[in-house]
Amino acid sequence: MQMDPGLHKGEGYQYGPNPKQHYFSPYSMNGGTVLAIAGEDFAVVASDTRLSEGFSIHTRDSPKTYQLTNSTVLGCTGFHGDVLTVTKLLEARLKMYKNEHNRQMSTSAIAAMLSTVLYYRRFFPYYVYNIIGGLDDEGKGAVYSFDPIGSYEREAYRAGGTASSMLQPLLDNQIGFKNQEGVTKVPLSKEKAVFLVKDVFISAAERDIYTGDNIMIHVTTKDGTETEVFPLRRD
Amino acid sequence: MVTGTSVLGVKFDGGIILAADMLGSYGSLARFMHCPRLMKVNDSTVMGAGGDYADFQYIKSVIEQRVIDEECMNDGFQYTPKSLFSWLTRIMYNRRSRFNPLWNTIVVGGLQDGEPFLGYVDKIGTAFKAPSVCSGYGAYIAQPILRNALEKQPNLTEQQAKELIDQCLTVLHYRDARSLNKYQIAIVTKDGARIEGPISSATNWDIAERVGFFDE
Repeated sequence: MQMDPGLHKGEGYQYGPNPKQHYFSPYSMNGGTVLAIAGEDFAVVASDTRLSEGFSIHTRDSPKTYQLTNSTVLGCTGFHGDVLTVTKLLEARLKMYKNEHNRQMSTSAIAAMLSTVLYYRRFFPYYVYNIIGGLDDEGKGAVYSFDPIGSYEREAYRAGGTASSMLQPLLDNQIGFKNQEGVTKVPLSKEKAVFLVKDVFISAAERDIYTGDNIMIHVTTKDGTETEVFPLRRD
Repeated sequence: MVTGTSVLGVKFDGGIILAADMLGSYGSLARFMHCPRLMKVNDSTVMGAGGDYADFQYIKSVIEQRVIDEECMNDGFQYTPKSLFSWLTRIMYNRRSRFNPLWNTIVVGGLQDGEPFLGYVDKIGTAFKAPSVCSGYGAYIAQPILRNALEKQPNLTEQQAKELIDQCLTVLHYRDARSLNKYQIAIVTKDGARIEGPISSATNWDIAERVGFFDE
């Protein structure tokens, strides 16, 4: 866990006892956490809305989720300059696809495309952690998670961003039923998924300084996407 | 290199105010005391910048030329706060991607479709919109004052916003060692955009004599 934002990867100055050279860092860490869960016929994508830098809060109202199509939501966190660029690029590519193929891009196609978009910058990466949540071609919930250079896989649930290591273990236990004995594996309902999302974010906001203020929750079903804003602690 | 310090921006009911002091610092030297750091783009958009003054002058001249070109095209379109904000974000991001940044933190403000707009762009292309926006030391000192006032009263009047800004710049002058008690403000309402100033806020240094020194 990083204790000092100044020593985090990408910072252009380090605090310490010796003289250090200043250099221009093209990256900065703007914090934030995203989470996506795939259900039988729905997908939930949630993020906090705090934008930070160092020990400052830039704004309490900057959601990290982007609605790409009726059936796909992207959660995107890391360096905000790259987040804005990647989302702008994706939205343009989505439009081009729609004009060429006369239909929306499917969730799996968007995932494959995002991978190539990220790898294109393999030697000057977009410092972004992406998670796509949506419905696949059969109408089932799908979650795709990425690393900054485009490695991706489909999963049932994934947390990304600054509080990911706080959220992921709880999801492993509650959704993946990991290390639980004698438990009946009930399929996850939409309502239970949303309650779980709220609970894990409330917990993360206790200890992660970069997570807080509000969460934005998108629930995608065949009927479209419903959005809810839920408050978190603001300290 | 000559640098400028904080730029503040706040929304009020029917418009926005941007504020910046008029100091061009040369390291710790208060070199140029009449540097306008705010720019009127057109009747709906204003922009202010902290950081390198030369880079600000460059951005200013590019925008001014584009506004002229737009006027010549005579198609009824002009830069809106959102379009300028988007354009500036791309410029700043692409310069940082070529490792040759414009070393500024820019605040864009104005009226977009009748709604107040306020945006912040960094030298590395971090950009966001908010009801109150501050660059530099303003983010630490003035932002809490602005946020507190907006929480108590989300819709300020123009006069209240002006007084709030004056209060913030006074505190900044007390606490920011690279500031000057001489500032300009840019106000945008449906009646247009105007830059007012130079204004000096009333300061009270009475407590100074009571501050203890090393041996006293």
